Amino acid sequence: MALLQRYLRSPAAVIGLVLLLLVIAMAISAPWVFPRDPLSLAGRPLQWPGANPNFWLGTDNTGRNIAAQIFHGARVSLLIGLVATAISIGIGIVVGALAGFYGGWVDDVLMRITEAFQTLPNFILLLVLVAVFGSDIQTVTIAIGLVSWPPSARLTRAEFMSLRSREFVQACRVLGMRDARIIFREILPNALPPVIVYASVIMAVAILLESSLAFLNLSDPNVPSWGNLIGAGRGVLRVQWYVSAIPGVAILLTVLAVSLVGQGLNDALNPRLKSR
Amino acid sequence: MSLLSIEGLTVALPKGGDRPHALRDVTLELNENEILCVVGESGSGKSMTASAVMGLLPEGVLAESGRILFEGRDLLVLPEPELRKLRGARLGMVFQEPMTALNPLRTIGSQIAEMFRVHTQLSAHERDARVLALLEQVRIPDPAAAAKAFPHELSGGQRQRAMIAMALALEPKLLICDEPTTALDVTTQAQILELIRDLQRRTGTAVLFITHDFGVVADIADRVAVMRHGEVVEQGPAAEVLNHPRHPYTRALVAAVPPLTPPAAQPLGGETVLRIEHLTKTYRKAGLFGRNRRVTHAVRDVTLSLPRGGTLGIVGESGSGKSTLARCLVRLLDPEAGSIHIDGQDRLALTKTELRRDARRIQMVFQDPYASLNPRRKVGELVAQGPMVHGTPRAEAMAQARELFELVGLDPRGLDRFPHEFSGGQRQRIGLARALAMKPEVLVADEPVSALDVSVQAQVLKLLAELRTRLGLSMVFITHDLRVAAQLCDRIAVMRQGEVVEEGATAEIFANPRHEYTRALFAAVPGQGWTPPVAFGAEEMA
Amino acid sequence: MRILLLALRRLAASLPTLLLILVGLFLLLQLAPGDTVDALMAQMGGGDPAMMEQLRSFYGLDAPVLVQLTRYLWRLVQLDLGFSAIYGKPVSSVILERLPVTLLLMGTSLSFAFAAGMALGVLAARRVNKWPDALISTLGLIFYATPSFWFGMMGVVVFAIKLSWLPAGGFEDIGAGHTGLARLADIAWHLVLPVTTLALIFLATYLRIMRASMLEVLTLDFVRTARAKGLSQTGVLLRHVLRNALLPGLTLIGLQAGTMLGGAVVVESVFNLPGLGRLAYESVVQRDLNTLLGIVFVSALLVILVNFIVDLLYAKLDPRIAAER
Repeated sequence: MALLQRYLRSPAAVIGLVLLLLVIAMAISAPWVFPRDPLSLAGRPLQWPGANPNFWLGTDNTGRNIAAQIFHGARVSLLIGLVATAISIGIGIVVGALAGFYGGWVDDVLMRITEAFQTLPNFILLLVLVAVFGSDIQTVTIAIGLVSWPPSARLTRAEFMSLRSREFVQACRVLGMRDARIIFREILPNALPPVIVYASVIMAVAILLESSLAFLNLSDPNVPSWGNLIGAGRGVLRVQWYVSAIPGVAILLTVLAVSLVGQGLNDALNPRLKSR
Repeated sequence: MSLLSIEGLTVALPKGGDRPHALRDVTLELNENEILCVVGESGSGKSMTASAVMGLLPEGVLAESGRILFEGRDLLVLPEPELRKLRGARLGMVFQEPMTALNPLRTIGSQIAEMFRVHTQLSAHERDARVLALLEQVRIPDPAAAAKAFPHELSGGQRQRAMIAMALALEPKLLICDEPTTALDVTTQAQILELIRDLQRRTGTAVLFITHDFGVVADIADRVAVMRHGEVVEQGPAAEVLNHPRHPYTRALVAAVPPLTPPAAQPLGGETVLRIEHLTKTYRKAGLFGRNRRVTHAVRDVTLSLPRGGTLGIVGESGSGKSTLARCLVRLLDPEAGSIHIDGQDRLALTKTELRRDARRIQMVFQDPYASLNPRRKVGELVAQGPMVHGTPRAEAMAQARELFELVGLDPRGLDRFPHEFSGGQRQRIGLARALAMKPEVLVADEPVSALDVSVQAQVLKLLAELRTRLGLSMVFITHDLRVAAQLCDRIAVMRQGEVVEEGATAEIFANPRHEYTRALFAAVPGQGWTPPVAFGAEEMA
Repeated sequence: MRILLLALRRLAASLPTLLLILVGLFLLLQLAPGDTVDALMAQMGGGDPAMMEQLRSFYGLDAPVLVQLTRYLWRLVQLDLGFSAIYGKPVSSVILERLPVTLLLMGTSLSFAFAAGMALGVLAARRVNKWPDALISTLGLIFYATPSFWFGMMGVVVFAIKLSWLPAGGFEDIGAGHTGLARLADIAWHLVLPVTTLALIFLATYLRIMRASMLEVLTLDFVRTARAKGLSQTGVLLRHVLRNALLPGLTLIGLQAGTMLGGAVVVESVFNLPGLGRLAYESVVQRDLNTLLGIVFVSALLVILVNFIVDLLYAKLDPRIAAER
């Protein structure tokens, strides 16, 4: 409760939360507001926003309703963001916890692997994965999760390393607790808050990665992704620039919302830092 | 007229804090060529007083009323540029932690030279010459090398000497020392105190010396002011305040200082509960390609024994290996040679699983009351956890925790609270209850009172002594403080660089230290010439 | 000298990482449907199975995986990245042709992002919680949240299409036949939009880290010492805070080198720049796995190189590092 109060004290965090709730509302209401397939032909192509009361955000170059694609796209973006983040944080926590708790050769091996992933540019690795495994939406989501875990592993590892030497953990050892219990029940709850906050960064990156992939026509063409729409609008950029502009704003606002919420959470969890 | 006079100074804390004022109506006087010690426990406002004089109050903290007259000028109304001219030049300051108080990325020499760059027109060449002279004056070995060194390349004592050199660079009229020896070992502390005293006598500088340690006060002060909760409760000449304290708080503080004379020895049986033989622990830091390989002998061939119901004090400075020894005893660290027998069972021969099952024989109390309790668990659970891990049903373990809480002098109603709701001393009691819940045969206590204020320290020491008699506890007590060791330990082992240099009955060692290092250690204890006029623990805080 | 040795040791430590990457990627590509021969056949519009078999044994694709892996690694040691069936030349020469453009784009963007990010971060930290800080921080957040390709496209709409100030894409105006300085100016002209696009995204990151680390350093004890010496606010910042606060930003360059290369792929595609990133994209589309693998190898080398330089700089700035290891 105190956490929520501290969170709501920051206007930026509140704006972020409102924006995020708005995007979530769009995602949930999409099938009711726009029951038709958003990728089907809806009307005359390239109608400017406002020109036709049926299409308040206009139509794209193949005559699809842009507003419908924005609403349905919110589902895609949020879903990809959430699932990829869960995958990435999951791998990161396990790798980081083991490396940080045990140290020694376990740490060496796990950190070499983490470094290997970090040395590869994540977008290029994503391209390789998509080239090898194809680009349907599940593959893309898993691939994004796979390329973005190293930072969360490093963060978890750092937390574990500092907590491991803390006296309360030593006390648990002296009491005769098993390693698994110490890792998951004693250390992890203390290590989790910064990792959870970092999840917002991963989610933002995941949404941006998918949209870049879609923009390059390398994501699933059968889902109404915002990136796909921007890519489609490229051909008519000279005149009908709104086709690309509108979904871009949607991405911007969603990523902004996620980042603001993350930052707000961080400040609420570390009130000391905020006050100075 | 006095050099510095603080008159009715009241400093307000930002709203929403635990109290409205950091300082209330503080009045102090400091004359030229005089050392004024401001003594107090944490939160007494002693450091805040120093910051106020320097004009370095934290953001949001404001002086509300009063005056700080320095050479006749009120520092509180002086504009910032004027104040800057005084800082460093006429007002010097030495901080507690020389490692963090120095910029890690710049050499010692350049940081000292900065004093001249800011306040004088000296050429680079002249500045370097002055830096060398200063470093020589504070008796740093090899001043030329020290000037080129970065802070991390010097020892703690040398860093503090460099800080003092910096503070004295422009021969300030007033030197403020904020706990300048608290972070240092006792022998280094003695040297630094001597240096400050010596320099003060030679230059006639006035010194405002902030400390929590009455021993240091006895060694260095001309006059003393005692602070509590932001107020000065008593001030006067050192001899007066130390030997005839009038205010009840001062009396309680003085009574909390453990005297250097051990109490009468308690009778002990001949049975040995813990026997450590030839214990050795070495740290190796392997560098790639065999470079920079460093070997530290943390514990070297240590042989000791603890009689049942007795307390063995392990005394030493930082780096002596005393904490490593404690961690080897509870097997947080694995020693590579030797044996540890408890009741005839060799702990080093046990496998990891056996060790875990048999954890109850030896338990530990830790140093840091803040880091030693998991902040996310209720304290009752923390105490019950140990027995529960070993199969005691929850209800039974919690009932036990309740009893233990009473035993260590805590209100059992607090079982459902989280650690942050308790004070440092209370947390140490919780840590003690956690260890006692396992009904250990041997209790290892690693500096359990050194993070506590002196009055709380006296209470916890009293509790430990009581429990020892009541429960027949056998204890290994790690400490750097000879005064504490004197009060609690039946036997004492003095460690240096991983080795036990001397071991014997406490009274014997205190009366007649044989090893030269032991003697040096005793000689360095501050306040030897002073015997607290109130008996240890006779008067307690209201 | 000591610093160089230290950095070289770190460089040596990244060799196992590189090996891990290569083995991992090679095994990954074994999972890919279709190989070089399939790609060639597709290029030629089909062929009979016998010829495919022949080609396979010619390229050594019929050997056991382990043998292929060893051969592949051995070739890499000789800097032979294989042959691109699509471009009809060795992969290494294809990559070398494209590399300068990417290096130029990344180098310029990085310098710009780092310098501006640091400056703005300092500015924000000096006015913390006042309006300049709020403005800078908000702008930083918006840049961070903007997809780079969209930012580039909107830049094209505004500055190339509506205002006609800047070219919409390409590396240079080949038709104009510029030489010497004129050619350089032309290239710089073409790079204004791409560099700005790539830099703004990363500027946000540097700005945030610089602001945070300035605020962090300002709370440290030695800052109080500096003030107690009588230094002015600016003196404290310049002489004591700045250098300490720079270190996390420097670390970030190393950590972000890979991300930046990834960003280059997208930006090069938006602006039709003939760089490594665009090549990566093309080889995915054309299923030219040899080239793709080569690009991954080269970009890993690039990231390792950047980290090597960062290590050198860091050790130069922070004397504690050389002492530690």
